[in-house]
Amino acid sequence: MAEERRRKMIGLQPEGEIDWSEYKGIMVVVEQRAGQAKPVSWQLLGEAKRLAQKLDAPLMALVMGEGVRDIADEAIGYGADIVYLSDAPELRDYRTRPYSRVCLKVIRTYKPEIVLMGATYTGRDLAGAIATHLPTGLTADSTQLDVDDERLLLASRPAFSEKMLATILCKQFKPQMATVRAGVFQALPFDSARAGEVVEVSEDMREGDIVTKVLEFIQDTNRVNLEDAQVIVAGGRGVGGPDGFKLLEELARTLGGTVAASRAATDLGWMDHAYQVGQTGTTVRPKLYFAIGISGAVQHVVGMQNSDYIIAVNKDANAPIFQIANYGIVGDLFEVVPLLTRAFQERLTPVVTR
Amino acid sequence: MRQGVPAVVNYFDMHGVEEALRIKDKYGARVTVLTMGPPSADKALKQCISMGADEGVLVSDRAFAGADTLATSYVLATAIYKAADTWGPVDIIFAGKQTSDGDTGQVGPGIACRIDYEQLTYVQKVEDLNPETGELTVHRHLEDGVERVKTKTPVLITVVTELNVPRRASLPGMLRAARYTPIVWTTNDFEDLDRSKIGLHGSPTIVSKTWVPEPKHVETEMLSGSAQEMSSAVIDRLFASELKQSLNWA
Repeated sequence: MAEERRRKMIGLQPEGEIDWSEYKGIMVVVEQRAGQAKPVSWQLLGEAKRLAQKLDAPLMALVMGEGVRDIADEAIGYGADIVYLSDAPELRDYRTRPYSRVCLKVIRTYKPEIVLMGATYTGRDLAGAIATHLPTGLTADSTQLDVDDERLLLASRPAFSEKMLATILCKQFKPQMATVRAGVFQALPFDSARAGEVVEVSEDMREGDIVTKVLEFIQDTNRVNLEDAQVIVAGGRGVGGPDGFKLLEELARTLGGTVAASRAATDLGWMDHAYQVGQTGTTVRPKLYFAIGISGAVQHVVGMQNSDYIIAVNKDANAPIFQIANYGIVGDLFEVVPLLTRAFQERLTPVVTR
Repeated sequence: MRQGVPAVVNYFDMHGVEEALRIKDKYGARVTVLTMGPPSADKALKQCISMGADEGVLVSDRAFAGADTLATSYVLATAIYKAADTWGPVDIIFAGKQTSDGDTGQVGPGIACRIDYEQLTYVQKVEDLNPETGELTVHRHLEDGVERVKTKTPVLITVVTELNVPRRASLPGMLRAARYTPIVWTTNDFEDLDRSKIGLHGSPTIVSKTWVPEPKHVETEMLSGSAQEMSSAVIDRLFASELKQSLNWA
């Protein structure tokens, strides 16, 4: 029994010194559903390009799925030098085992020094399995990436109740792995003329050997989608309760945007967690962000500071949110928000005169 | 389902405990709650006992401190093997999605990988479970919808809070919990444990520095005047910016 147990413990670190010098380049694992790549994949390629140039190393992408050849070409347009493409019916839907198998084969064959994935549900599922199998270190939910002179990946993520950032290294093993929040980085402009190489990778798999089956996917069209919102009207503790959020909703509706909330407001149950912006919620990058009754704790700020324009409304003139806002209004939000709504309505609604 | 021993990892995750207890109520199963943490975590284990769990095990040792995902999943996988030796095969493991800031939702997949179980993450509903064949169908909560997935035990399931509403303790449960002392396993209880692979020492990731991020430097314009004046002034400035074009403000 003891022998069998030992055999079954997967992912034990190898002993002694290992020569990792063959490991070179950065690999981004591209996520897709039904032949559509997730935007976070291109955002990652954008940031990874910068790191790859610093390391003077190739930027690789791994595309897995069925009928996803187009995505491989797209990855080149977004900055990849080499795309490893595994196109097979067994990879139609994401499942941990077949995806891990391909991913592990590609990593072990082509030896990237850094592997990045989106910190999405699928990315976390896969990254946790891969990092254990290899085994190597994994930094989850990173919001900043860099590399140093020793080619170490500096992956930073909020820590200690999200008041601080921590930079995490993996010196011992390769590849160095990190999952990265969607919406944090920007994709490069798509360049259809970019040249790159697509390398097909096949793995011998039989559907009959795969235990887990995806029966169906039910798309939820009502699902809050903060990541793609162009205008966000977010409220915090100062909003005072669910009724206050109705004022915010009106402003959001006027602007064709969506409401959102700080952690304080979702913890108090005023808004569903799905609306939360911040490190434990969603990272957003809208063109226009209203922070209303939000003090501006680090955990919130890291989730929205890349918005193009930030308007803060707060009673407290010393609230830290004003430090990152383009325009600040010190005042009573119950007075200011309806005024903003009305003024936008007047300017945006075409006046029909007969 | 052989003997049926759902184990539950990650303390404070009462949704996983609740789902395991529902399986116990319906089909009969032994529910073992397993957590790695400081001695104070025994309170949470006693709470699980009061809800109806059969055993509560605290995996606790100073040597485990400072563990990252890889080292944590190693210790918990070892503990699950020991639980199987002690109480019988473990068919289903429920793990919390995320417990605290430090946990990253990666421990569940790490454990599943280590002991070679099927892995289903972000489960919001157990639709069907066949205790004879071990087949089960669950709903996974994803960003853009819900995925129905079928698999077979042994399986590790990480749960989201939508899964269920945890029950309150029953009176007999509370009485049992009051008398119950959680089992404690330390490094000495795991004969095969490789001590070089646990705790801070066995963790490949290290924190190189922590800092309070500088706020992004922005030229903030604080508006003045009445609420009416400030609101109009902001809107004038926004309409004068490139937003007018990029947001199609005619």
